[in-house]
Amino acid sequence: MTAFIRTPPATLPVTPAAPLLRVENLKCAFDVSRPFLNRVLERQPRRFLKAVDGVSFEIARGETFALVGESGCGKSTVARLIVGLYESTDGRIVFDGQDVGQIRSGAQMQALRRRFQMIFQDPYASLNPRWRVDRIIAEPIRVFRLIDDSTAIQARVAALLTLVGLSPADGHKFPHEFSGGQRQRICIARALANNPEFLVCDEPTSALDVSVQAQILNLMKDLQDELGLTYLFISHDLAVVRHMANRIGVMYLGRIVEIAASRSLFEDPRHPYTRMLLATIPDISMTGTREETVRGEVPNPITPPPGCTFHPRCPLANERCKREAPALAEVSPGQFAACHAIGEGRAHGGAIQR
Amino acid sequence: MSDPTPPPLLSVRNLRIEFPTRRGTLVAIDDVSFDIARGEVLGVVGESGAGKSLTGAAIIGLLEPPGRIAAGEILLHGDPIHRLRPDQMRHIRGRRIAMIFQDPLTSLNPLLTIGQQLGETILTHLDVDEDGARKRAIALLDEVGIPAPAERIDHYPHQFSGGMRQRVVIALALCAQPELIIADEPTTALDVSVQAQIITLLKRLCREHDTAVMLVTHDMGVIAETADRVAVMYAGRLAEIGPVRAVVQTPHHPYTRGLMGSIPVLGADIRRLVQIDGAMPRLNAIPPGCAFNPRCGAVFERCRSDRPDLLPAGATRAACWLFDAGHASEQTR
Repeated sequence: MTAFIRTPPATLPVTPAAPLLRVENLKCAFDVSRPFLNRVLERQPRRFLKAVDGVSFEIARGETFALVGESGCGKSTVARLIVGLYESTDGRIVFDGQDVGQIRSGAQMQALRRRFQMIFQDPYASLNPRWRVDRIIAEPIRVFRLIDDSTAIQARVAALLTLVGLSPADGHKFPHEFSGGQRQRICIARALANNPEFLVCDEPTSALDVSVQAQILNLMKDLQDELGLTYLFISHDLAVVRHMANRIGVMYLGRIVEIAASRSLFEDPRHPYTRMLLATIPDISMTGTREETVRGEVPNPITPPPGCTFHPRCPLANERCKREAPALAEVSPGQFAACHAIGEGRAHGGAIQR
Repeated sequence: MSDPTPPPLLSVRNLRIEFPTRRGTLVAIDDVSFDIARGEVLGVVGESGAGKSLTGAAIIGLLEPPGRIAAGEILLHGDPIHRLRPDQMRHIRGRRIAMIFQDPLTSLNPLLTIGQQLGETILTHLDVDEDGARKRAIALLDEVGIPAPAERIDHYPHQFSGGMRQRVVIALALCAQPELIIADEPTTALDVSVQAQIITLLKRLCREHDTAVMLVTHDMGVIAETADRVAVMYAGRLAEIGPVRAVVQTPHHPYTRGLMGSIPVLGADIRRLVQIDGAMPRLNAIPPGCAFNPRCGAVFERCRSDRPDLLPAGATRAACWLFDAGHASEQTR
């Protein structure tokens, strides 16, 4: 594997000076209690699922920050909190210096909303099947009243369709006339319609075949270069994340366990969970067999283990890990991990042997 | 591997599957042939709609009407099994060929305990009494790595996690000691860390039991780790077939090459992925000649009119006119 790793060019700022987005101690709990009567009769307390439990990160202008993790780790919830589809229980979201939670006036909120957009996972479910494509793409333009003249709107929609590699004539078709990859292009065109600076992409290629995935990933990179976009990229596929992101946050049960530049995360993962995730990647270069280091499954997030939530699966866990939740600490410049074992020097350093 | 005597475990010869519809007949599988040897793992890859799952369903006799085998044959140890009556097929399905489905949630009956489901299969196919079946079920659960099997056997599927459920499904497939398991996307519904465990388990069990596997998946990584040979399907046809190392590292068919290049690889900093423009044709609009010709970078006249057979290409066989002896000599002239 080592021969396979080429050193990537060091072009990316590791610590952003003025981040476009800053998320501080973000929390979101969902009420999963039984119905009121059941609670009274069975004397059960209210129960909450802490989907996101104190997440903090920054995204610099023009970079791609990725969140990875297995299902149920809270990565999609973070995405939805940022665009305002869910309301946070606690914490702050600061977009370009403005605290989103402090905005009271609707006009101010709309002005801010205009600057970010979201791309969803399933292009079959995120387009209205009864609307023609040009109406779908023009919706953000109309909602934000960016252009009033309908011929100008048409011209803009045609330009957007061309930008994402479709033909302006496709605007008159319905979503069902397109393949999955083409639908995701339509979703991207719609997301770009109000000239956003920041795109939240929630598993944008998970529903697509690999060859189509390559088309969409290439398109997203081209658009980023062309339009100077900033991406928050959510995925469970580590190879895709490695390809797309400048910096990566690894999530486990609602918390970020490690944040690092993409390159350092893959060359020198520090948190035991990150190491385990990397060990799960099928070795397509077939240079050897992988170790059997992967064990266990993600526990039920309603009743997470005490202390460090990863301790039941962790090879390095000790008594302290079972009691005390570790905080993110800088383990090397620009690389942060939440693990007692690293702080105590119990984790052996160096790159993982694959 | 393709030694004519004795016959291979499974042999698919010129299989053609059609779906008659009101607007004409759709050919979903068109002239597909391959063999699976004893204890061999054959990976079948392709994009959605390439016909890989359909091939598996046809082998085990679960083709849903109006789909029908229009031509070709499926031979198990040289005996045709594609024309068997449903009651005859039941002696083969589960006993000699078993199946693992993609979604462990829907392939287990939620109203029966794990033990009842395993017991039913064991009693149907093996000559044991109920006590023996239960003992065997517990041993199987233990083998697939379910902790406290004697206790868990009386639990219902909803009491198991996704990964554990897929382990139960594997136990169910193994319980009559079949010669061939058809695993249709066995890890697609699972998380990556669970996927790795299930693949390792499947590999180990099949090696120990000398069971052959037809592993249907869209995930090239899973194939690279598991399979001995790989068949790449495109628009209902075989594009390339050969030893896994050759197909993954030095693919010959332009489609396989594009497919391999489009997978992001860790450790390699590629600015752009190789992309194959366009999409796989719909079944009602498969172009004449080679089905891949409208998307192919190396297309020439013959590709648009004649359909290529599997031709020897390096260590693999590829359905591409580039590897026709006539074409090669034309290029050098």
